[in-house]
Amino acid sequence: MRIIRMLGRSIRDAFKSVIRNFSLSLASISCITITLIIVAIAIMASFNVQNFTQEIEKDLTIVIFLNNEVTDEDITRVEEEIKQIPNVDQDSVVFASKQDVKEEMQQESEVFDTVLDEWDDTESPLKDTFQVKVKNVEKISDTAERIEKINQVNTVRYGEGMVDQMISAFSSIEKVTYGVVIALVIVTVFLIINTIKLTISARRREIGIMRLVGASNFTIKTPFIVEGMILGLLGSIVPVIFTTYGYLAFYKHFDGYLFTQLIELIEPEPFIYSTAGIVVIIGILVGMVGSAGAVRKYLKI
Amino acid sequence: MDLIRLKNVSKKYKNGVTAIYDLNLAIEKGSFTFVIGGSGSGKSTLIKMLYREERPTKGQIIVGGLDVAKLRNTKVYKLRRKLGIVFQDYRLLPKLTVYENVAFAMEVIGATKEVTRRNVLRALEEVGLKNKVHNYPDQLSGGEQQRVAIARAIVNNPKLLLCDEPTGNLDPERSMEIMKVLDNINKTRGTTIIMATHDKEIVNSMKKQVVTLKDGHLVNFKKKGTYIDENN
Repeated sequence: MRIIRMLGRSIRDAFKSVIRNFSLSLASISCITITLIIVAIAIMASFNVQNFTQEIEKDLTIVIFLNNEVTDEDITRVEEEIKQIPNVDQDSVVFASKQDVKEEMQQESEVFDTVLDEWDDTESPLKDTFQVKVKNVEKISDTAERIEKINQVNTVRYGEGMVDQMISAFSSIEKVTYGVVIALVIVTVFLIINTIKLTISARRREIGIMRLVGASNFTIKTPFIVEGMILGLLGSIVPVIFTTYGYLAFYKHFDGYLFTQLIELIEPEPFIYSTAGIVVIIGILVGMVGSAGAVRKYLKI
Repeated sequence: MDLIRLKNVSKKYKNGVTAIYDLNLAIEKGSFTFVIGGSGSGKSTLIKMLYREERPTKGQIIVGGLDVAKLRNTKVYKLRRKLGIVFQDYRLLPKLTVYENVAFAMEVIGATKEVTRRNVLRALEEVGLKNKVHNYPDQLSGGEQQRVAIARAIVNNPKLLLCDEPTGNLDPERSMEIMKVLDNINKTRGTTIIMATHDKEIVNSMKKQVVTLKDGHLVNFKKKGTYIDENN
């Protein structure tokens, strides 16, 4: 009961303090708002990048062409050896014989159809192939090299240049966004430390009297922590609205794809709600950490 | 029974000034004690050590069973809840009314509204300010403000009331009013009172226990004392 009464007092005092130092509170709320908007954009961008990187990675296949003169035994042996490579997704290994490839190509166009029909099995330029997917896309070139060394393997293709560049570009974009988010959060924490510091100095006299009449340290500190959390909460209102409606509008405007059909955006629901939730939690946490820092630094009790 | 016991207490400040030399003292429960001495005699330091604003450099201080010198910063509130403190400059919160100022002392230790209301009104009645509960401190005279501070100090029913020059800012007439209030609290509540002062008139007219300090040394401890002029 006593704890609840004291917490009630802390929340009341914190709200009073926010209203009493309104201009100052407004300043830090605006800073939190701006930071959180950028944080929200960074989160949404980073999740989207992650999403379509994964989509692309899912589709990424290594194609293995075998030598012309392979026997059926060779094919089974090569398949075994491919499956033994740790990075190879074993269930994804698919074999397509010359005949399969031929039929597939014939279905694709009439030109192929007529040309291919003239060749029989012995003089066909087509080769028996395996299609393989990997577990870790970043190691795809290593895996391809290992496959190439297997006996009777002719060539290995996986769209090297384009895929490598795309993956490294996305991973550096991701790193930059994380860096920006972390820097902004740190700046906001310092801003909140400053705001709470001013509240503390404005209430120095009151704190001194609280101390004299036997308030515990917990009682003295809690209102400031709660104040920081309230600043964080108030600062996250605009970013939450921005996140939900902004992303919805963005998604509708681009019809779910960014620039090309290749880059698919994440569906707004429930993505916007979880992002809004994360933004609120970051706001409150940042407010709490900032005020805790100020209390530790400036409240000598 | 002794409420306060000091054993070989010395206090040396960081700037090198020694305020108290090897002080031994025992104060009985329910007594009314004046601590007198000129400026720099160490009386304020003694009071400050009793409520653990300062720690003694050497020696032991026991207040109501608590070893004050060893009390950790985070546990000081346990001592403060056993005592009330009154200062020369009142230390009221200007934005709170008389009632709120006194209730503040109960709120911060988590008392319920009903208990707070009962105790606050009782304390304000004892200091004679029941008709001014809704006034703000700046609407009161110095003597009245000091009585609000006294009400705040006694509202939690402390065993001990420490007063550091409570009449220092008041004229002799107001000072005597404050003394009557304190004397009344001592008699009706049985609160032990220790009061630091340099007001000769008050000490002589009250006829209470007197501790005399000079340059940090205890020079006199009398059951029914008067002010000893330092020139004698």
